Amino acid sequence: MSKPEVDDVTGIDTTGHEWDGIKELDNPLPRWWLYIFYASIAFSIVYWVLMPAWPGLTGHTPGIRGHSDRANVAADLQALQTLRGEGAAKLAGASLEQIEADPELQQYAMSVGQSVFGDNCATCHGAGGGGAKGYPNLRDDIWLWGGTLADIEHTLQVGIRSGAEGARFSQMPSFGRDGLLQTAEIRDLTEFVVALSGREADLDAVKRAAPIFVAQCASCHGVEGKGDQAQGAPNLTDGEWLYGDSREDIRRQIWGGRNGVMPAWAGRFDEATIKALAVYVHANAGGE
Amino acid sequence: MTVVIDRTKTPAPGEGHAPRSAAAQARAKGDAGGGLYKRRTPIYPKKVDGPWRRLKWALLILTLAVYYVTPWIRWDRPGDLPDQAVLVDFTGRRFYFFFIQLWPQEVYFITGLLVIAALALFLVTALFGRLWCGYACPQTVWTDLYIYIERLFEGDRNARMKLDASPWSFDKVWRKGGKHAVWLGVAFGTGGAWIFYFHDAPNLIRTFWVGQAPMTAYVSCAILTFTTYALAGTMREQVCTYMCPWPRIQGAMLDQHSLQVTYRFDRGEPRGPHKKGASWEGRGDCIDCNACVVVCPMGIDIRNGPQLECINCGLCIDACDEIMAKIERPKGLIAYDTDAAVACRSKGEKATYKLVRPRTIYYAVALVVVSVIMLWGLTTRSAIDLHVLRDRNPTFVRLQDGDIRNSYTLKVANRGFEPMQASIGFSGVPQASLKTPGADATSGDLTVTVEPNQIRAVRVLVTAPAAALTDTNMAAAFTVDAAGERRRVETTFLSGAANER
Repeated sequence: MSKPEVDDVTGIDTTGHEWDGIKELDNPLPRWWLYIFYASIAFSIVYWVLMPAWPGLTGHTPGIRGHSDRANVAADLQALQTLRGEGAAKLAGASLEQIEADPELQQYAMSVGQSVFGDNCATCHGAGGGGAKGYPNLRDDIWLWGGTLADIEHTLQVGIRSGAEGARFSQMPSFGRDGLLQTAEIRDLTEFVVALSGREADLDAVKRAAPIFVAQCASCHGVEGKGDQAQGAPNLTDGEWLYGDSREDIRRQIWGGRNGVMPAWAGRFDEATIKALAVYVHANAGGE
Repeated sequence: MTVVIDRTKTPAPGEGHAPRSAAAQARAKGDAGGGLYKRRTPIYPKKVDGPWRRLKWALLILTLAVYYVTPWIRWDRPGDLPDQAVLVDFTGRRFYFFFIQLWPQEVYFITGLLVIAALALFLVTALFGRLWCGYACPQTVWTDLYIYIERLFEGDRNARMKLDASPWSFDKVWRKGGKHAVWLGVAFGTGGAWIFYFHDAPNLIRTFWVGQAPMTAYVSCAILTFTTYALAGTMREQVCTYMCPWPRIQGAMLDQHSLQVTYRFDRGEPRGPHKKGASWEGRGDCIDCNACVVVCPMGIDIRNGPQLECINCGLCIDACDEIMAKIERPKGLIAYDTDAAVACRSKGEKATYKLVRPRTIYYAVALVVVSVIMLWGLTTRSAIDLHVLRDRNPTFVRLQDGDIRNSYTLKVANRGFEPMQASIGFSGVPQASLKTPGADATSGDLTVTVEPNQIRAVRVLVTAPAAALTDTNMAAAFTVDAAGERRRVETTFLSGAANER
């Protein structure tokens, strides 16, 4: 090995590396840095022994602690189940009416329901269940599919147009888009529906639309337009409109009927959680 | 001009900088005087005996006994409530003190107690000086105990100084080691007793040793063990002089009429050595024996007058009185006295003492007022409590027939130990009907049962016909009647008039 070159200015050896006349000095590493480096090496060896570390062909070295994040998550979930087990068992073992009548169970169900509602239902129905255009208000006494405890529980389990087996299903046809009615007929029908909810309307148009309503709409909405919860047909006389109350909103809904979807929750929540949710929604809606 | 750093030559001695830590530099400056950091001068307080010392021993035993015994006092409470007389129950969110049970919402009683303690401290300081520092402060009590232990192992002042100066030997090692071991034991006992205030003591003392106590217990115990050992063992007077704010605040409490440990310079000066049998004419009683200096745990000379460091412990009084007795001069050259009295005597007048002064009156009045308010609050505190949370999303709901509904969550607290029948009423909205889940709607009051020591959340849905609503925001109120008491909380009822259908 040749004799190391000494830098004139600093008196320190160079490494021999040179870039455009700039030479790298062979300064020693800072001590603190070096010691941390050594300590890291020592730590890594301890880590290899204790923790999962090296990949292999069929898996990895498990480490003597047998650490596994997946197992930890499973254990945490199990612990959570155990923690909630007592309350969940009580909810599962009681009827919905019993839950609502027992102050202690009711408080428990309400707090479980509130938390589950916030995580899963609030996205569409709003944090307080107040709903939005296209998403039903769960706080009033107007129910498309029935507002008793049993109705709500069933809706929660199977969903609406969810594709699940036994799901609640109804369909508002697209009278305009599918060419079932002429544009003028739809305009007349809109006036008819506006008149149903007690607002002022073009009486000539209402008269023209009456037979169309009987022929096309009454099978679901009823001759008086009061709807039918068994079929999920909305009441058209109550002044509450899922897709908006203006003439334009109503005309659009007749022209190209929109049909919202609610998922089925039976597979996602256990029985106790669905019960708690049903009690929560029912209680906040005034309990039909 | 270009400056070239020439490192090819080794710097001559005195030139350049040898690496030195900031602490070392600061220490060197301190040693040189007028620096940033002053090294601690070790203090070797000499043993002393006398009435004040005996009083201090008595108070030490009393305060330590209170500290160690209190968590073990049992107090029968109904149901499954803890039977510990004094307990800060964080898990159960309750504070128990004998017959008093406080909820977290009533933390103002603790605040009031602290205010009372502060005012009492002000009053006592204005009247009698730093009695707290000298006799009752935990720092003083534990330091006294630690010095006592130190003396057991290392002997009195002279022996300790000699031991510290001597080279390491077996004797020195076991004395020092023994001292620190006992110190640590006492520190552990201190930390160990602390955690009993937060858990059921007889239970915790078992779970603690088998590793099943809560982590907070171990951490608190460790922290208090460390602080006791450090503050009482190694830091001692530095805590009072440098860390504690009180010596700095006390200047605002003290005046020339406050009692303090005072060297009566009118009697003592001019000081000087005195031969037995020599005349006392033309000189003071102080024979400059330094007895008052060597006993001082703060390492000061009381003859320099009132000082920030002085904790008013009175040990120099005992030391001086002992000397005065020996040289057959009247006791009390150093005594609890006031600056005003000393000033009077030095002018040849009769010393006057004034306990009643504007500041003592202010402190006493403030103390009485706050104490009466807190006592009144405590004795008249209600067993029930009501909070009303109005639903804000949605703010109101319009029903099928046009009725308006507002929803509320009522939190009814039962602070008593018996189940409580609470009657919930609503006023302010005509024709309103109340409904709570699981019960029928009623135009009258709702009745709910609240279990003892519990808060019950009650959902109340209030429905009123639109015709009855006269205003956009209607002032309304909930009342709860239970156990012969009534709570009323005001709220609003939104008529929805601002959002026409």
